[in-house]
Amino acid sequence: MSDPRMPLEDLLRLAADDPALKHVGPPELARLISELEQPVSRPAALERWIDGMIERIIPAGASVLDLGCGTGELLSRLIERKNVRGQGVEIDPHAVFRCVERGVPVLQADLDLGLSGFADASFDYVVLEETLQTLHRPTALLREVLRVGRRAVVSFPNFGYWRVRLSLALGGRMPRTAGLPYHWYDTPNIHLFTLQDFLDWAADNGVRMTGGYVLADGCVRELREGDNLYAEEVLCIIQKNGG
Amino acid sequence: MRPQPAQYARSSKDDPPDSPTSVGWTEAQRVQLASAEAPFALESGASIAPVVVEYETYGRLSPARDNAVLIVHALSGDAHVAGWDRHARQTGRLYRLKHPGWWDAVVGPSKPIDTNRYFVVCSNFLGSCYGTTGPADIDPATGKPWGLRFPIVTVGDWVRLQARLLDHLSIERVRAVVGGSLGGQQALEWALAFPDRVERAIVLAASPRLSAQGLAFNAVGRHAIMNDPNFNGGDYYASGRSPDVGLAVARMMAHITYLSEEGMHRRFGRRRRPGTDSGFHPEFEIESYLNYQGQTFVERFDANSYLYITRAMDYYDAAARWGGGDLVEACRRITSRVMVVSFSSDWLYPPAHCREFALAMCRAGKTVTYVNVPSAYGHDSFLVETDAVGRLISAFLR
Repeated sequence: MSDPRMPLEDLLRLAADDPALKHVGPPELARLISELEQPVSRPAALERWIDGMIERIIPAGASVLDLGCGTGELLSRLIERKNVRGQGVEIDPHAVFRCVERGVPVLQADLDLGLSGFADASFDYVVLEETLQTLHRPTALLREVLRVGRRAVVSFPNFGYWRVRLSLALGGRMPRTAGLPYHWYDTPNIHLFTLQDFLDWAADNGVRMTGGYVLADGCVRELREGDNLYAEEVLCIIQKNGG
Repeated sequence: MRPQPAQYARSSKDDPPDSPTSVGWTEAQRVQLASAEAPFALESGASIAPVVVEYETYGRLSPARDNAVLIVHALSGDAHVAGWDRHARQTGRLYRLKHPGWWDAVVGPSKPIDTNRYFVVCSNFLGSCYGTTGPADIDPATGKPWGLRFPIVTVGDWVRLQARLLDHLSIERVRAVVGGSLGGQQALEWALAFPDRVERAIVLAASPRLSAQGLAFNAVGRHAIMNDPNFNGGDYYASGRSPDVGLAVARMMAHITYLSEEGMHRRFGRRRRPGTDSGFHPEFEIESYLNYQGQTFVERFDANSYLYITRAMDYYDAAARWGGGDLVEACRRITSRVMVVSFSSDWLYPPAHCREFALAMCRAGKTVTYVNVPSAYGHDSFLVETDAVGRLISAFLR
């Protein structure tokens, strides 16, 4: 069975009637939809924007726990350039071997089993780079992250990004974008959420955001109001209230 | 060279002595590190003299004396890590005619522990039967072999004796201590006892203490030896009848703990040897394999040494020794870079126990590398998975 593309006018009509989308307004929606037709590509320099931003955020000499550190690219950069005490955690054996070859201390472990091995406030920063949405119990880990780290740097793809929304709305299939390149069946992203979902969770759990950056419209800038629609990827610096 | 008897023929899978990646022909060295005037004090409070240590070295010590890698052997191992023993025939260690050193795949020129770069040292530990003073040697007080009058030795004693050997070689600090199984526990003990002397500790297939299950297997092995009719309270050297049956049983059983269910299934399954009748002689391939392991072990190992070494393995508890029972507290002492490697099918030192040590390092505020290598070879993986182990070691040594 095919799912023919929904006519533009139908979507505009639905949007105009939908209280949740009303504030966007049909003209703006029309512009967004026309932009959706543009091919999606991301400049190579932006592929690793989060690493660059984290390097700016983390002060020299800090202690950093990188959860889901992959092949250790970020940590090796932080160890080399910022002299941090870096510890990675990664589950994939091939990535772990690459970490060892890079000289990055790495613990092969499953984050879904928690961080009970780590002491309270034992790291200045805990990094969760594009990892949260891959976990079985993401909020349980977030709480652990804020126990183990004084601050956390969390980045994730924003499922509220307009291209993602429209891709689902118009295409009728799970969205595939530059930031979410997988099929529904092979994606590691099992808990997709929007920026707004994350902000709601933070507000409900006594978690404060002390900084935020987004990749939006092909450039990196500070997080601002309304980015739930415009941000493709988000990086937040969070800590516990009173922390 | 004279032709070798077939039973001692070298396997084509091994690196021959003239290979550019073999350390070639090796010669063990011996040094006396304790004498009646200056005996070696043991953890038990007793002391022992004389103490002679057999060791081997490969590669060259750099002028700055900063490229030493200390390898520590496991229960049934010895100082002959790599290459081919030039004097195997003279010393009666005929099994060495057939096989190179126990870690020949990992140690040698251009191999993961590259003897072009590193000065490799391995010594046989106290109480063993490969040249370092042990229960088969003469007790000067009686003029007879020590037997069970040999004092109880510990992992801590072994490491302190190795430190003496490094003193003798004028090596203050090693680039790494590397060991697997009981050797891994010594590598850990090195990092705890001599933090300033160890740049890196590589602990393979070992945890900070043996589990109750491990204690149980050791106990049955000793029971088999001590109840062998030839055991005679450990005084069997003069009788010409040693407790071979007991020692073989101990080895056969221990060998089961070195393999995994899956590995055994893959290698032997339920296959039977052709031409065997039904009855109670070895019929299944696994039976004849274990028999062979038991027999060859008896030819090369001393039963009393087996008792002392397994006892040292039982007693070792890093947390109790250095942290009043708290492993995290113990780990606070460590200043070396530490890599722990476990193997997915190892049930003697299971991955969960190895990871526990790595996590204790984290809790103690240290960085650590912990890798769990997927393998079906069980505890033996640390000797068999030479590609994965070699890759990790060579990277970690850099």
